[in-house]
This record gives sequence, C-alpha cells and structure tokens, in this order.
Amino acid sequence: MLFWQILIDGFAISSLYALGATGFALIFGVSGVLNLSHGALMVAAVVAAWAAGDQLHAGPYAGAGLGVAVGFGATLLTYFLIVRPLQQSRKIREEEKEIFILTATLLWGIMIQELIAYLYTNNAKTVAPIVQGVVRIAGVRTPSNEIFTAVVCWLVIGVLWLLVNRTRAGKAVLAASMNPRGVTLLGIELSQIYIAVWAIYGALVGIAGVLLGMFLGVSSYSVGPLTASAFSIVVLGGLGSVSGALIAAYVVGYLETLTAYLVSPAYRTIPALLLLVAVMYVRPRGLLGRR
Amino acid sequence: MGAYSTSRILLIALGAIVLASLLPLGVSGYILGLLTIAYYFGVFAMAWDLLFGFAGEVNFGPTFLIGTGAYTAGILDNLYQPPIWICIAAGAFAAVIGGVVLALPALRVRGPYFGLTTLVAVLILQNFIVVDASLTGGEIGLTVPDVITISDARNYEIALWFMAISGAILFALARSPVGLILQASGQDAVQAGALGFNVTKHKLTAFIISAFFSGLAGAMLVFYFGSASVGTLVDITVGVQIIIAAVLGGRRTILGGVLGAVFLIAMSEALRPIGDLANFVVFAMALIVVLLFPGGLFGLLTRSRENG
Repeated sequence: MLFWQILIDGFAISSLYALGATGFALIFGVSGVLNLSHGALMVAAVVAAWAAGDQLHAGPYAGAGLGVAVGFGATLLTYFLIVRPLQQSRKIREEEKEIFILTATLLWGIMIQELIAYLYTNNAKTVAPIVQGVVRIAGVRTPSNEIFTAVVCWLVIGVLWLLVNRTRAGKAVLAASMNPRGVTLLGIELSQIYIAVWAIYGALVGIAGVLLGMFLGVSSYSVGPLTASAFSIVVLGGLGSVSGALIAAYVVGYLETLTAYLVSPAYRTIPALLLLVAVMYVRPRGLLGRR
Repeated sequence: MGAYSTSRILLIALGAIVLASLLPLGVSGYILGLLTIAYYFGVFAMAWDLLFGFAGEVNFGPTFLIGTGAYTAGILDNLYQPPIWICIAAGAFAAVIGGVVLALPALRVRGPYFGLTTLVAVLILQNFIVVDASLTGGEIGLTVPDVITISDARNYEIALWFMAISGAILFALARSPVGLILQASGQDAVQAGALGFNVTKHKLTAFIISAFFSGLAGAMLVFYFGSASVGTLVDITVGVQIIIAAVLGGRRTILGGVLGAVFLIAMSEALRPIGDLANFVVFAMALIVVLLFPGGLFGLLTRSRENG
C-alpha cells in the first residue's frame, strides 16, 4: 500500500521535475546559459493561470492557456532583455560573461518575485485543475490530476524528443549544442538557433509551471527553491545532457518522496542535497555529463 | 589601475572614513543603525569579492561562512556565557574551518559546479539550523544574552572601524603579489601553475581569509542584533544581497563592496514611501547597473579604463 503510494506519487512529482529541468538543461547545452530566473518564470506562469481563473473567472482551459502564454512571453523577454544584450556586450570580457548572466538573471528573477508579491501578495496560489476526481490504482486513491500531470509531462518530453531528433531545425539545435562553430560553418545562423531554443524553453517553462500550479501550488517564495531544484537536477544529470536531467529528475523525485513518507516531510530535501554533494566529489561532471 | 589611482583611492577612502566617523554628531540613531548594518554587509561583500573577483571562485554561498561564524558565536554565548570577544573569536575560527571545508570541492570542481556546491552548503546549514531547533532556536532564531553595547553611536563606531580595518587588509592583500597570483590562478589555473605558483595553496589562503572576515563580521553582527536568525544571516536571499552589493559596487575592487552595501541599504530606505514596491525598484536599478555599467559604481567613480 505504502509502496504503491510512494511509487505513484514519486512518479508524478518526478515527471514534473523532469519537464521543469529539461528546458533548463537545453538552454545550457546549446547556449551555455544558466538561467537563474528559471523559478521566477515558472511562478509567473502559475500566477497568470491562477489570476485568470480566480479574478477573471476564466475556465480551466483558458486559464492554463494564459499561464503557458505568460510563461512563454516572460521567458522570451528574459532572453531579449537580459541574456542577449549581455552575450553581445563589448564592455564585458568573454570569460566574465557567464558570471554576468548569472547575476543578471538572478536579479531579474528576484524582480519578478517582488512584482508578483506586490501585485498578488505572498499567499500560495493553486490553479484549478483541468481534470478532477479520484481514481484507484492498486488500492491507492490517486487524484486524476496526478495522472494527468505525468501524462502531459511525458507527452511534451516525447514531442520535444521528436522535434530535436527528427526535424531539420531540431537537428541543427542538437548540432549547435555539440559544436557551435561547426554549425555556423555549415551556414546556419546561430542566433536563430538561440531564439528557437529559448522559444522551446519558454513553452516548457509555461507548461511545467501551470502543471505545478495545478498539482502543488506555488507562492512567490517558491522562486528560489524551484531554481535550486532545477539547477541541482541538471548538475546531477550532467550539465547540458537532457537525458541525464531526465534520469536525475527521477532520482531526486523518488528520493524526496521516500524521505517524506518514510522519515519525515521536514527532511524531504536533505538526502537529495547530500547525494548531490557526493556525486560532485566522486563524479563532478554528473551522471551523463560530457565534460 | 596604476599606482597613482591606488593612492588616490586610498586618499578618498580615508576622507570618506573621517567624514563617516563624524556622522554620530549630527545624525539620528535610526540612520546610524542602518549604516551599522550596511558596514557589516560591506565587509561580507568585500570578503566575497576576494574569493570571486580575485580567485575566480563562483561562491553562491557567502552566508554559509557568515552563518557558521554567527551561529557558533551565538550558541557558545548561549551555553556558557564566556566574554563576548571569546565568542567572536570562536565564530571567526569556526568560519575558517568552514572555509577549508568549502575549499575542498573548489580544488576539484570549477565554475557552475562549484557554485552549486556552495549553494548546497547553505541549504544544508539552513536545514541543520531549522531541524536542530533546541540548540539553534530553529526558524524563530537564536537570542543571545549579551550585546556589545546598546549605544547607537558606539555600535556605529565599532562597525565603521571594523569595516575600515578589514577593508584596508583585504585591499592591501588584493593589491599585493598574492592578489596578483590569485587573479592569475582564477583566470588560468594551469598557466599560473606552470609559472611555478602553488595554485592550491593560494586558493586555500583566499578561502581562509574570506572565511575569517565573513565569520568575524557575522559573529559581531549577532552581538549587535542580540540575536541570530536564518532570515537575517543564512538565507539564500541574504547571500544574493551580498553578491549584488559586491557586483553593484564593482568586482575586483574590494572597496566597491562597501559602496554597494551602503547604496543598497540607502536605496531601500529612501524608497520606503512607495512601500512593497521598493525592493523591486532597488533590484531593477541594480540590474540596470549590471547591464549598462559592468564596472559597477566603483568603476563609474574612478572611471577606470580597465575593461576598455
């Protein structure tokens, strides 16, 4: 009974982690950017979906749609307003750009967080789920929403896989993540690839955010922990490796669920953090890292 | 920056300290209290700049060192009530040990990986403090029975001179050959090693010095507040503010950290009338500085041509 409960709950949470971290891994792999406003963008999507349902009385589908749209828009705004100007800046030395992007996205994330707290307070917000009701799986009462979350996550990840591995544009993206200079030599505009990757990332952020809002709910305080969990999943899996991030998401998700059920919810995040430290000592490039 | 600008910087800094030391004569206790906190934060930012700006270590967890120092001092005072200076010394010592622990992964992993290790170190410390509430006061915080002094002016002076002395030591260190070697090993560890410098030894030194000042300032701050809590000393947002102060003031300048810290606190105070939106505006201004003036406030003031 407990076994099945952990298995089902852990699966749903891990799928959500996987979707959230995939986009984060993708933009690092292709453009070398660690986006520390990741959590803030997800929270922005949740709050938009919540506001649509709660204040504009929109239906769940319209609310979810608006949430995804806001997540998408905010992500592209991040790219055009923060990341691209820094990448193209002549005032900053090449080797220092990484730390400037880290600092700027961190600031940007806090700005979004403060703005959300100002406009909609710090209270936790839960988005009305699209699917309601409860089903029994192996004797465990499971909210249909949990199954819906896992299914949507895997559908989106599947579509992403097809996009990257089976389309021409996707293959260009994959090539850019392996060797940016080689791609430009083949006559492919690198800046177009960056925009495409950020657009994909934006869609992932929006979808993952809205699902998170339906499943667990967020508040403006979730910004930091969300970024940290995406960051640690991606490092655990190996920076730049999307499949590594997927595996790591399940490791972290199940480790957290196991601890919450078997030890105490207060210790939920600790084993995953310790594992992370251990992996970095023994295998700094992560589970499937290339470098 | 040549020797000329160094001496000019020192002259300006000395003038600023003299001016600042006159403030208690004409300014209210409230403002002195704000500046006292700003000065301690200035020390945090300077210590962070030594590690990041010079040794090139992306340290997202300055509060790991600060929190270690602060809580060691606070817990010691709570349990045995030795003289305050013993508590503060113990805090600084514990932070140095913390710095060595933090340095171990830094000698193995680099860049974002090390950044994450430091982030994790903060989260683990935070979890430990919250879970071990009987010793640390948990989420509510730890109240210490002693304070350095209750006089605003006296506290202000202590903070000012502590900041001035720490700043002078860190600045001298950064401009010394040791600072140059640190900078070299931060930019290209392999080449610095090939030139015959012991990169490991220098990096470890940087960690120990940075940890010493962070822990010392953290422990003193505990006896200024009369309490220690996760929200004021350990939380990642505190670390973020320190990083922002250092970057805003100007990286690789050491003294810029003080400028950034005073600026941050002054701005959030000046913008208090607009209420909750104040933080948003402060961070937006910080972002604009980062985007448009990568040299920071210090770079603007000295108009250094460092980055061309």
